[in-house]
Amino acid sequence: MILNLHGFGHALWEGTLVTIQLALSALALGLVLGLLGALAKTSSHKPLQWLGGSYSTIVRGVPELLWVLLIYFGTVQGLAALGEFLGVGSLELNPFAAGTIALGLCFGAYATEVFRGAILAIPKGHREAGMALGLSRTRILWRLILPQMWRIALPGLGNLFMILMKDTALVSVIGLEEIMRRSQIAVTASKEPFTFYMAAACIYLGLTVIAMIGMHLLEKRASRGFVRSAQ
Amino acid sequence: MNWEVIYKYLPKLLEGAWLTIELVAIAVVAGLILALPMGIARASRHWYVRALPYGYIFFFRGTPLLVQLFLLYYGLSQFESVRQSVFWAGTTLAHTFTLGDWSWDFSLRIKGLRDPFVCAVVTMTLHTAAYIAEILRGAIQAVPPGEIEAARALGMSRAQTMRHIILPRAARIGLPAYSNEVILMLKASALASTITLLELTGMSRTIIARTYLPVEIFFAAGVFYLVIAYVLVQAFRLLERKLRVDACQGR
Repeated sequence: MILNLHGFGHALWEGTLVTIQLALSALALGLVLGLLGALAKTSSHKPLQWLGGSYSTIVRGVPELLWVLLIYFGTVQGLAALGEFLGVGSLELNPFAAGTIALGLCFGAYATEVFRGAILAIPKGHREAGMALGLSRTRILWRLILPQMWRIALPGLGNLFMILMKDTALVSVIGLEEIMRRSQIAVTASKEPFTFYMAAACIYLGLTVIAMIGMHLLEKRASRGFVRSAQ
Repeated sequence: MNWEVIYKYLPKLLEGAWLTIELVAIAVVAGLILALPMGIARASRHWYVRALPYGYIFFFRGTPLLVQLFLLYYGLSQFESVRQSVFWAGTTLAHTFTLGDWSWDFSLRIKGLRDPFVCAVVTMTLHTAAYIAEILRGAIQAVPPGEIEAARALGMSRAQTMRHIILPRAARIGLPAYSNEVILMLKASALASTITLLELTGMSRTIIARTYLPVEIFFAAGVFYLVIAYVLVQAFRLLERKLRVDACQGR
């Protein structure tokens, strides 16, 4: 066999599971943040617009790696103080939580723009129709805007998810035992860096392919009943 | 917030920022050159030409930059033949020019992949080339077919059409996407800190190891990144306006 993993195959598999968990939890957080950001940006209140705008601009302008490091190392003091204040001893963020927050934050900033585009793409008449029917604002959002937005935002979100999945490798820098970290450990033991980083690359490729297939199915489901526009 | 520390380490941070700019500038320009033939091949009418660069693009777009960086920096040294080649250790070009009793020692050190800067530049170039190739493909395919047909009808050869009509048009169509890619590379350059390069993020981490003030220093580094990104965006906006042929077309 070309890839002799020296018995580290199981460790890599466990790392893959951690990577998937991290990507999915960051996705959940990022979707919420992105939705809030888009709603803030498209709202009629100036301060909210400003808040959403500065969130997406600032977060998108700073490297993901810096966010990961900042959230992991930067919150140590604050959380320790908070723990003391609450009297529960020392609080600290574990790498998984820090990675989820950092990647979710970055995903949310890009998703803000995707969602905003989708909100703006929904014909104005739909909202007016809802108002004419006497629906409340939240009802219009839940029943009219969100279900339609989903279809338009899906391709953009899919791209963002692929980027997110590759960015999970960054969290290895703060010691989370995902694919990259496990490969590094295997490399230290086996002295075969190429073998294990290549194995890691193949796992990421596999994950990307699975995500692509999943996206294709979701898109097909979301756009049922719509004629596919000619490319 | 301890502003004095930021002020004290400002020169160091500037040094790191300069290295970041160097990295990104070389990578995006070299990446564009490398991507040009691939992009043209990807936009070909023949499936076998299209398929040629696909494996490359699939690999570099499907795996994280961190993995690629480690593969080149740590991974290649696994092979004895690589370690002994010129690409790994680099080489020195030296020659002594003599003219009568006058002589001049010429020596140029070319670093190999063992050097973290060279390795980071090469990896980032290979990485961004895959993305730029896809941008180019999209841009070439977005050139209105009527313009290509017009060029052909005027008697231009395929190569001439490519050079005088398709590529200049595609450059204008693809420029906004290319500027996005440059910003993404600026952010990706932070990863070079993982192979011991002291660019903006690497420098910040070194300073933090000395001062134990992560919030202040990372904040300062973040501001630097924002400023560089802002300048880049403005520069590309200017370039876009300069390249625009007339006011009617484009945005």
